Amino acid sequence: MSKHEPVLLKNMLQPGYTGCLQDYERTGGYQALRKVLGKVPPTEVTATVMKSGLRGRGGAGFPTGVKWGFLPKDYRGPRYLCCNADESEPGTFKDRQLIERDPHQILEGIVLACYAIGAESSYIYIRGEFVLGARILEQAIAEARTAGYIGANILNTGITANVWVHRGAGAYICGEETALLESLEGKRGLPRVKPPFPATHGLYNKPTVVNNVETLANLPHIINRGPEWFASIGSPPKSTGTRIFCVSGHVKRSGNYEVPMGITFRELIYEHAGGMRSDKPLKAFIPGGASAPFLTPDHLDVKLDFESVAAAGSMLGSGGVTVMEEGTDMVWAALRLMEFFYHESCGKCTPCREGSSWLVQTMRRIVAKRGRMEDLETLVDLCKNIAGRTVCAFGDAEVAPIMSTLKHWKPEYVTLIHEAQAANLLHPKRIMARP
Amino acid sequence: MRAIEAPSSHSRRECVMLKEKYQKEIDEILSRYPVKRSALIPLLYLAQQDEGYVSEMAMKEIAGLLRLTPPQVYETATFYTMLNLKRVGKYHLQICKSLMCALVGSDTVIGWVKTKLGIGPGETTADGLFTLSTVECLAACGTAPMMQVNEDYFERLTEEKFDRILADLKKDGTCSLKTGPFMWPEPANAVKREA
Repeated sequence: MSKHEPVLLKNMLQPGYTGCLQDYERTGGYQALRKVLGKVPPTEVTATVMKSGLRGRGGAGFPTGVKWGFLPKDYRGPRYLCCNADESEPGTFKDRQLIERDPHQILEGIVLACYAIGAESSYIYIRGEFVLGARILEQAIAEARTAGYIGANILNTGITANVWVHRGAGAYICGEETALLESLEGKRGLPRVKPPFPATHGLYNKPTVVNNVETLANLPHIINRGPEWFASIGSPPKSTGTRIFCVSGHVKRSGNYEVPMGITFRELIYEHAGGMRSDKPLKAFIPGGASAPFLTPDHLDVKLDFESVAAAGSMLGSGGVTVMEEGTDMVWAALRLMEFFYHESCGKCTPCREGSSWLVQTMRRIVAKRGRMEDLETLVDLCKNIAGRTVCAFGDAEVAPIMSTLKHWKPEYVTLIHEAQAANLLHPKRIMARP
Repeated sequence: MRAIEAPSSHSRRECVMLKEKYQKEIDEILSRYPVKRSALIPLLYLAQQDEGYVSEMAMKEIAGLLRLTPPQVYETATFYTMLNLKRVGKYHLQICKSLMCALVGSDTVIGWVKTKLGIGPGETTADGLFTLSTVECLAACGTAPMMQVNEDYFERLTEEKFDRILADLKKDGTCSLKTGPFMWPEPANAVKREA
C-alpha cells in the first residue's frame, strides 16, 4: 500500500508477527545490543544518535543526542532513564501500537539508551488506561531478562540495565517530562520549574533522561543501519527519519501511517488515509495533537516536518492528525478541546488554572447562543494572559484551539453571537430564567 | 472536589489489612524503587483492585507502609482520575468525549447508555452493575467512538456492537469484542498474541 519502506512498523506488518522474543530475534532483534554493548564506548553511541539527527517524537522535537549530552559527565551517583509512554495527547495513538505489537523493539532501544547515558535503572511510565500494554511490556521484560538482554551482566558484558513498568493513573499532564518524574516519585503530577533540567536534577534529583516510546524504538535501527542511513530519510538536515502519524476524524481509513518526514498533508490524508469519508470536502485539520493550532485546506501542501509546520503557524507536535469535514462547527470543536484542557489543567499555575475555567465558561456561553460581542475580546485577552505565563507548555497548548479557530473561522463565532442577539436571548429576563 | 466514601460503608475490610493479604505483591512493588514513596500509585491500585475503590482505611494503611502522612497519600489519590474514591458499579463504562471521538459520534454512544441503562455521566444503575463516566482521550482516536470497560477497550462502536457488549457483560462478565494488541489499520493475516 505504501511506497515508503516502514521502519518501526515493519515487523508488525509481517503476517503472523506476534511481537514475542523469538519473532523479534528472527527479524534481527537485539543485534544492535550485541553490536554495541562493551564494544563501542557510550560516548560514541551518543555521537551516533546525534549524527543521525533523531529528534524527540513526543511533541517538542528536541534532538535526542543533544539531550543525552546534557548529562553531567563526571557524576558518580545513579542516573535514570524514563520511557515516556503516557501517550495522552488527544489524536495520538502510535505508542499504544508500538507497545502492544512490538514491545522488544522498545526494550532494545531502552537498553541502548541506558548504556549510552550510563543508567542502570529505567522506568517505563505508561498511562494507566493501557492495562493490556503494561501487561505485554511486563511479559516482554520477563522474556528479555531470561534471555539475558535485560538485568545484571547483559550478554556477559558486565553491564546492568533494569527496566520496570510504572503505570500512571489518568493525568494528561504526566506526559510533561517533569510532571512525569513527580508522578513517578509518588506525588501529584505537577510540572517542576525549570531550570534545573532533568538532565542534572531529574528523578530523585539525579541526572535523568526522559524519552518518548517512538524515539527509543528508533535507536536499534540507527545503530544497525548507521546514522547516515537515518539522516538520509525524511527532510534532512533538520527533520530526519520516518514518523508514525496518527490520522483520525472524518477520513476513510484512519489509523497509524509511518512515512518519511517531509511528505505533504495532502499525501498523508488523501493517499494514505484514503481521503475524506464522504463527499464533503475538508474544512480543517489539526496537524499534531490537541495542542497544535488548527490549519485550513490552504495548508494541505505544507510538508510534514518540524520547520514547515511551524512556519505555517502550527506545530508537528505528537503527530496526531485530526481531519474535519465541511459542516463541522468550529466553535464547538474548539470548545470540546478547551473542555479537555480545563479538565486536565493540573492547577499549579494561576493563569492556566483560572484561565481555563474562564475560557470554558465563555466558550459554552457562545455555543449556547448566549454570547456577546465583547466575549470575543475576552477570549483573546484571556488567551494572551495564559500563553507563556505558566511553568510548562500546557499554557501555550490550551489557547491553541481557540486562538486558531478565531483566526481562521471568526465569522462562525460572530454568527452564533448574531443569532443570540436576533432571538433576543440576551434580554436580562431571559438570562435570569436560564440557569 | 471529590469526596471520599463515608467510613461506615467499609466496615467489611476493617479487620483485613492489605499487608496481610498481599505481602508478596507489596514487597515486589517496594523492591522496584529506591525511594518508598514511588510505590504509592502502585499500592493505591492494589487497594482499588482489592475493594473496587480506594477507601480511607486503605489510604491510612498505605501511608503507614510508606512512612507518609495520610494527607500525602490523600493529596496524591485525589489528583488522579483513575483512582476511584467512591464505589463504582461492577462494570465501569468510560466513554471518551474528547473532540476526536466526538467528531464521529461519541455523544450518540452516551445517548445509548441513557436510553438502554437509564444512567447519565457519574451515575450507577440501581442494580450496581454499571457506572457511566465520560472521560478524556484514551488514545483510540483512529478507532473512535470507543469506550473502556474496567480494563478493556471497545472500539469502533456501533449500536449493534454496543448491545452485544452490554448483553455479554451481564451474562459472562466479559465480552469477546474487546480489543487485543492494538493495530490500526489492521494488517492482513494478523495473528493475535495471547496476553
